[in-house]
Amino acid sequence: MSLGSVPLRYKVDIDREQCMRCMRCVDNCSYGAFRNEEGKLIVNSRKCTACHRCISMCPRDAISLKDRPVDYRAHPLWTSEAREDIINQSRTGKIVLAGMGNAKDFPSIFDRLVLDACQVTNPSIDPLREPMELKTHIGKKPSRLEFEETVDGDIKVLNEIAPNLELQTPIMIGHMSYGAISLNAQRSIAQAVAKVGTFMGTGEGGLHESIYPYQDNTIVQVASGRFGVDINYLERGAAIEIKIGQGAKPGIGGHLPGEKVCSDISCTRMIPYGSDAISPAPHHDIYSIEDLAQLVRGLKEATEWKKPVFVKVAAVHNVAAIAAGIARSKADAVVIDGFRGGTGAAPKVFRDNVGIPIEAAIASVDKKLNEQGIRNEISIIASGGIRNSADIAKSIALGADAVYIGTAALIAMGCRVCGNCYRGLCPWGIATQREDLVDRLDIDSGAQQVANLINAWTYELSELMGAAGINSIESLRGNRERLRAYMLDEGMLNVLQVKPVGA
Amino acid sequence: MCGIFSVIDRNMTRMDGSSIKAALSSMDERGSGEGAGYVAYGIYPDFPDCYALHIFFDNIVDHKSKVDELLSKWGVIIHQEEIPTYEQPSLKRQHIPWRYFFKPYKDLMVGSLTPEEDIIIKTVMDINSGIDGALVFSSGKNMGVFKAAGWPEDVANFYRIEDYRGYIWLAHNRYPTNTPGWWGGAHPFNLLNWSVVHNGEITSYGTNRQYVESNGYKCTMHTDTEVVAYLFDYLGRRHKLTEELIVKALAPPFWDEIDSMPLSKSELNRAIRLIYGPALMNGPFGIVVAQSDGIVGFTDRIKLRPLVVGDDGTKLYISSEEAAIRRVDPNIGEIYMPKAGEPVIGRVVK
Amino acid sequence: MKLDNKIAIDANDIHYTQLNKLIRKAVAEKATDIVIKNVLGQRFIASGLRAEINIDIYGVPGGDLGMFMNGPICNIYGNCEHAPGNTMDYGKIIVHGSTGDASAHSMRGGEMYVRDRIGYRGGIHMKEYDQKKPTLVVGKSADDFLGEYMAGGLILLLGIGQEAPFYGRGIGSGIHGGRIVIRGEIEDKYLGLGVKRLDMDTSLLNEVQSRIKEYCNYFNLDATKLLDENYTVLGPASSRPFAGKYTWE
Repeated sequence: MSLGSVPLRYKVDIDREQCMRCMRCVDNCSYGAFRNEEGKLIVNSRKCTACHRCISMCPRDAISLKDRPVDYRAHPLWTSEAREDIINQSRTGKIVLAGMGNAKDFPSIFDRLVLDACQVTNPSIDPLREPMELKTHIGKKPSRLEFEETVDGDIKVLNEIAPNLELQTPIMIGHMSYGAISLNAQRSIAQAVAKVGTFMGTGEGGLHESIYPYQDNTIVQVASGRFGVDINYLERGAAIEIKIGQGAKPGIGGHLPGEKVCSDISCTRMIPYGSDAISPAPHHDIYSIEDLAQLVRGLKEATEWKKPVFVKVAAVHNVAAIAAGIARSKADAVVIDGFRGGTGAAPKVFRDNVGIPIEAAIASVDKKLNEQGIRNEISIIASGGIRNSADIAKSIALGADAVYIGTAALIAMGCRVCGNCYRGLCPWGIATQREDLVDRLDIDSGAQQVANLINAWTYELSELMGAAGINSIESLRGNRERLRAYMLDEGMLNVLQVKPVGA
Repeated sequence: MCGIFSVIDRNMTRMDGSSIKAALSSMDERGSGEGAGYVAYGIYPDFPDCYALHIFFDNIVDHKSKVDELLSKWGVIIHQEEIPTYEQPSLKRQHIPWRYFFKPYKDLMVGSLTPEEDIIIKTVMDINSGIDGALVFSSGKNMGVFKAAGWPEDVANFYRIEDYRGYIWLAHNRYPTNTPGWWGGAHPFNLLNWSVVHNGEITSYGTNRQYVESNGYKCTMHTDTEVVAYLFDYLGRRHKLTEELIVKALAPPFWDEIDSMPLSKSELNRAIRLIYGPALMNGPFGIVVAQSDGIVGFTDRIKLRPLVVGDDGTKLYISSEEAAIRRVDPNIGEIYMPKAGEPVIGRVVK
Repeated sequence: MKLDNKIAIDANDIHYTQLNKLIRKAVAEKATDIVIKNVLGQRFIASGLRAEINIDIYGVPGGDLGMFMNGPICNIYGNCEHAPGNTMDYGKIIVHGSTGDASAHSMRGGEMYVRDRIGYRGGIHMKEYDQKKPTLVVGKSADDFLGEYMAGGLILLLGIGQEAPFYGRGIGSGIHGGRIVIRGEIEDKYLGLGVKRLDMDTSLLNEVQSRIKEYCNYFNLDATKLLDENYTVLGPASSRPFAGKYTWE
């Protein structure tokens, strides 16, 4: 092979003095980076993915890991990544696949925004003693109310208000299908959302029987492959979400490789065993905005207008106009997924180059809907790269009603963001269907950890709101006055409608 | 976006607008009540040689004198009046629709083979890009566009569309994403005698726009559809392409199909793709274009939008849905769906 | 023995939600047959309906007829607009006329018989699982991308009275399950990516024959000649059509 091998991506070192040859690393590494040769621990660093499973399981802290131990000649343009992709593609002639969200060094807008707090002119609120309301309603609201006074002098609302989802906290867990993640991971999430009073998405993987007890906290997804979709599925969900696109790979479909389609997945998705589960790029009954409106109505008609219907789109250049079109349909919420949104597998060229950041997308959608006077008629759910409660507070202040988290919930179950989900060997039992690996994820502990995370962020949100003198989440929504931008350019300030610090 | 309906009577027998309103309104599901419009040909028999300029004025006081002045420079206003309208409870009047019957002085445009038309185009572009509060939305002879932001039936009643009689009608029901509530954004789009209604989105808009703008047109309507009118005018009037050839340029066959054609056909198609590549329209669309002597309907190359044709020999209907045609003509003889990229042409018999 | 209980509905100028309410009401009243007259463009007829019932529809139903439907047998005396049988689960749609684009889109079970023509992308992403096997039988012709992304089931195109090609380009593009059976020989240029020619095995032959008979039965045609014809069988080259497209980072 004229190309030879590329340098090691990671170098695993064993502190031989510390190591007691318990071989837990050998047992835990599903990628085969360790082996036990007659009591001797042998390391093959080339197989390492930096998933940290071995490190977290080593009783002696004897394992250390180095990222890119071999330097290339430094060059600002021809990074080692650029060089290695070329070597890979000249070897294979194929599209490069990568996992997790956008890994390019784009500056984070969240990190250039700061939140506000009260001093003197208005009091901050102590959320431990004073009421603090984070309850959020997702769904369609009429633009105005019509009243009628009854004979007994009561005032009756004449509007029929469409069903809304009631969230105890504006944090939901986004759509990760059974198939993309393991059933144990999905069950952990389901238990967690039921416990904290919020919702999870099923992804396009159908609804497994073991999730039925949590179906009232479940948003079922209808994507282009229509996997697992029948009338029973639609009726089980608390809401239905039409997935048009995803932030990690806007404009393209997805597919679950046949080797991941085990009998249980085949049953849940209602597809043949071992066959690829292909979601086409578009829905082939949606080629235009009025077709989307038709599918929204179709889903509502099938479920007798009892279910809220969400529409999820990737944050792309024209997202504001697209969301405005969605808002004109009977849809109850628009979900916007920013370009840092995670995924099991995406072509790297898409993951790193297509789409726009969620911060700009939220602000421009909120602005467009406000300009058109229809903002409060539809809810905005933001997702894609939300890492902490500050990101949530900033998202809401930019105009979101609630957020979906994805990667963060996986991290709460053990994921270390190694980005090798597409290989199906996740040693944490999350992005895999291999039974021995899946068994590593204990459902009850997984659920507790995810619930802990949501609870912790909810506390932090109430503290942030209290400090800003706000005791009800409605007053934070779209409230750019409580945001300032630090070192963002004027164009971006205009998009966000946020003033610079000091202004 | 949207739903479309069109009809031509090949014998030029004029139909009033009531059935067109009924047909379009039957497709309300395709729109959002924020834009609808109609165009009819043959409606101004008293002024057959004048260009009928339909203009939205924001108000008469500030803006109209500038238009009068500009028109008087380039020609003579034979007649002008406010377009009669009738208040509708659910339609918010945002402009005053006005019409001029105008004859340009053709000797003012030198170096042109079509001086009258060039004066009209220049005047339309100058008003739309240069005079605030005035927007020309119709500029052909013996024809006119009537449009507004509202449901099809409200817009029809606002203009009392049944009072007009035309031998060609195009109608459109809009589902806007970008400029809701803007009257100028409603279809049909018109320039000279070309009128266009469009369902879909033109993803090649950026490229097409560059092409028409580099050839003297100005895109002022904030929407993709207007380039279709300009492309038809540019290729049809200035380059003398027939409707069939224009459609070949806009929605050409695939290269593998061209490669398998007989030599003379493949040479023609290859030449059109090479020379008129910037006019190729990508994205989902079903479009009907009208001229005073006929209509042509076509879809994109991979048939991403619906189009249904009804034909009884005299009348030819092109619509987004069969139900709309049957609303007007329940017993229509022939109904079919044309192939992708294949033009459906209805011409008047002279 | 169930007693006949026929309920008539006049759909003239009523909205589809109202129409579907009337249909559901008829089902609740234990109707065995519903006859709907004067249908003109109403969408979603029998959408999500779970019932063993016969529905006769006169007129032109709008898009998404029988979407998510589970059980009914619909006879349509007229043409259908786009995507009849969309994500249908079980039941039958028998169309005495033609249908629009994306007919039988994502259909997962049940049967659809179209007497004449279907538009573009017929049977796109039809899929089968377990006992559920969707079937689409078309009498005359189909436009481009027939059976694109197909993941199971059967599409049978008879081309009755038609000279080839009575189909368009890209047949079975991206197919990874199921069979497309078309009368006569087909040139390679009409086949999509990932399609393979297959032999007609006995069980498929039996199925095709019984579908032809059923089609002819619905539309009062003589099946003899059709049963004598040769058919081209198309299926997936692989159940994993895109497996070779990617390399890991």
